[in-house]
Amino acid sequence: MSILVNKNTRLIIQGVTGNEGLFHTRQMIAYGTNVLGGVTPGKGGEWVDEKIPVFDSVKLAVLATDANATCIFVPARFAADAIFEAADAGIPLIVCITEGVPVSDMMRVRNYIDQKGVRLIGPNCPGLLTPGECKVGIIPGNIAIPGNVGVVSRSGTLTYEVLYALKQSGMGSSTCVGIGGDPVNGTSFIDVLQMFEDDPQTDKVVLIGEIGGTDEEKAAEFIATKMTKPVAGFIAGQTAPPGKRMGHAGAIVEGSEGTADSKIKALEAAGVKMARHPEEIPALLK
Amino acid sequence: MKLHEYQSKQIFARYGIPIPKGRVATTASEARQIADELGGRVVIKAQVLVGGRGKAGGVRVAKNADEAEQLAAQILAMEIKGLPVRKVLVDEAASIDQEIYLGIINDRSAKAPVIIASSAGGVEIEEVAQTNPEKILRVRIDPLLGIKDYQTRDIAAGIDLPREYWKSFNEILKGLWECYNANDATLAEINPLIISKDKRLVALDGKMLIDDNALFRHPDLSEMRDTDEDAPSEVEARKYGLTFIKLDGNIGCMVNGAGLAMASMDILKLFGGEPANFLDIGGGAGAEKVAAALRIILGDPNVDAILLNIFGGITRCDEVARGIIAAIGEVKPKIPMVVRLVGTNAEEGRRILGDASLITAETLAEAAQKAVSAAKGD
Repeated sequence: MSILVNKNTRLIIQGVTGNEGLFHTRQMIAYGTNVLGGVTPGKGGEWVDEKIPVFDSVKLAVLATDANATCIFVPARFAADAIFEAADAGIPLIVCITEGVPVSDMMRVRNYIDQKGVRLIGPNCPGLLTPGECKVGIIPGNIAIPGNVGVVSRSGTLTYEVLYALKQSGMGSSTCVGIGGDPVNGTSFIDVLQMFEDDPQTDKVVLIGEIGGTDEEKAAEFIATKMTKPVAGFIAGQTAPPGKRMGHAGAIVEGSEGTADSKIKALEAAGVKMARHPEEIPALLK
Repeated sequence: MKLHEYQSKQIFARYGIPIPKGRVATTASEARQIADELGGRVVIKAQVLVGGRGKAGGVRVAKNADEAEQLAAQILAMEIKGLPVRKVLVDEAASIDQEIYLGIINDRSAKAPVIIASSAGGVEIEEVAQTNPEKILRVRIDPLLGIKDYQTRDIAAGIDLPREYWKSFNEILKGLWECYNANDATLAEINPLIISKDKRLVALDGKMLIDDNALFRHPDLSEMRDTDEDAPSEVEARKYGLTFIKLDGNIGCMVNGAGLAMASMDILKLFGGEPANFLDIGGGAGAEKVAAALRIILGDPNVDAILLNIFGGITRCDEVARGIIAAIGEVKPKIPMVVRLVGTNAEEGRRILGDASLITAETLAEAAQKAVSAAKGD
């Protein structure tokens, strides 16, 4: 078992013919992900690498492939529309890798997908990896091995760092979920923590947060009251100055809200073992 | 992106929000001329992109044009929280009966815009939240519906606004919503919205923040960016699509990915060092971008050592290594550099760096410790 994606995932790629879309589609196929088709408006009927059919719309792709998941690589200005399209076509799992989506677009998207009842991961995220089974997104496949640690994170490369450290210590993960660094996204820590709590393969959980917003504080409350599985964590941005956006649109201390201190205290109070730096995490899980 | 008060109010006016008559001046004599045109009694307001200018003496009332010139000269010579005042707004002075707070913000928890209103305007809303939390009204706007008339009525009633002002208030709040929505603002704030002695609602002060990610559809707003108040290194970095934030320490950082960049700064501090900057070269950065990043870091005279931490995913370590070699050839840095390359094409990257005299590290902790010692001259 795992969460969200596994060997039965039937994936299409929106933006399959773009530079990044194409590169990562090949990587996902090489990993063994079941990629059934792609979407690029105006290029329907073409083929990618002579094995992936391209469709003009998500609806057409779903009709032909019966896809149950999509991975979005379109540029930021078209990303919201791509998510609307996927939700409207009835795809239950939408993973949006795109960085730089305007927050007003994301507020409309979030309110729309909540009404539709579909799951959005991201945007501005590395995607999902169930080691040995399925990769949806851009997480390098070779840095993680199958195991019993669930990983959820707001960051990309920082997550790789943790997966790599786990692997170096001989520990594997059930599924790794990058929820993304934007202030308004599709999936929160709590959503993923609940899935890990319910997943029989997951015995331990790693939560990687960063400054900005109050999602980590809410996660702490959830861990304290609803979770039985042990959690280790790390919060990035202890040295970040207030009022500055630290690369991620959502990583900003505004007024007294969103500091690393507040998050670390809340998580520690909830019984989460907090690492001082990412490479300490494997030891905290032993 | 922050807009100045005068820019925000100019935008408000386009959406039918009443603002005081006034103009911006960059010299004292200009301020005098504007005061003359406005009939004498004016407010001179420093235009700087930080809060607390009132307390710092950056907002003064002048009784006549002579005094306007004098006060403008004083304010234009000031620095507020380290920022030199380059412009003043000269507005006609208002007679105030009551001050109201009215703002629309992006609320992360609500995943929607939220209107914040309070009858206790004129001070920072965070201050009101601490002293009079019961006086703050919050109303969520459905981003798919926009603002509705019943909501503006609910808010008018909720802040005890006399009925005679409801019609005007409705127009102002709907104008503020349009202004927020059409310009991709993350904050549009009127503070104070006053009831004047001659019984009108007027937006006396205004503030707007614009979503940087949405500037591609607002070229007009992009041009309003005041780069005078950014560190020159940050302006330079923006040109190359790099995210750079200058800090006070002495260890320069170059990292790929925002989360890892923050974590790298944190670990330097953990081992007794101080980061000189935040720098995310982004995913898939090529040699040219890496070279630009290194030049920007080396442009800071405080930097005594550099930590390069690259975890290759989309970013290829060999490309980064080529950028480092190119930049070293060009800038010829005389300070120690600690490099850690992991992930995609890391071996090739290490081979390319082989001949350059760099300190290498395997783990993040080792890299940080070596950078801290190098900066101390050990």
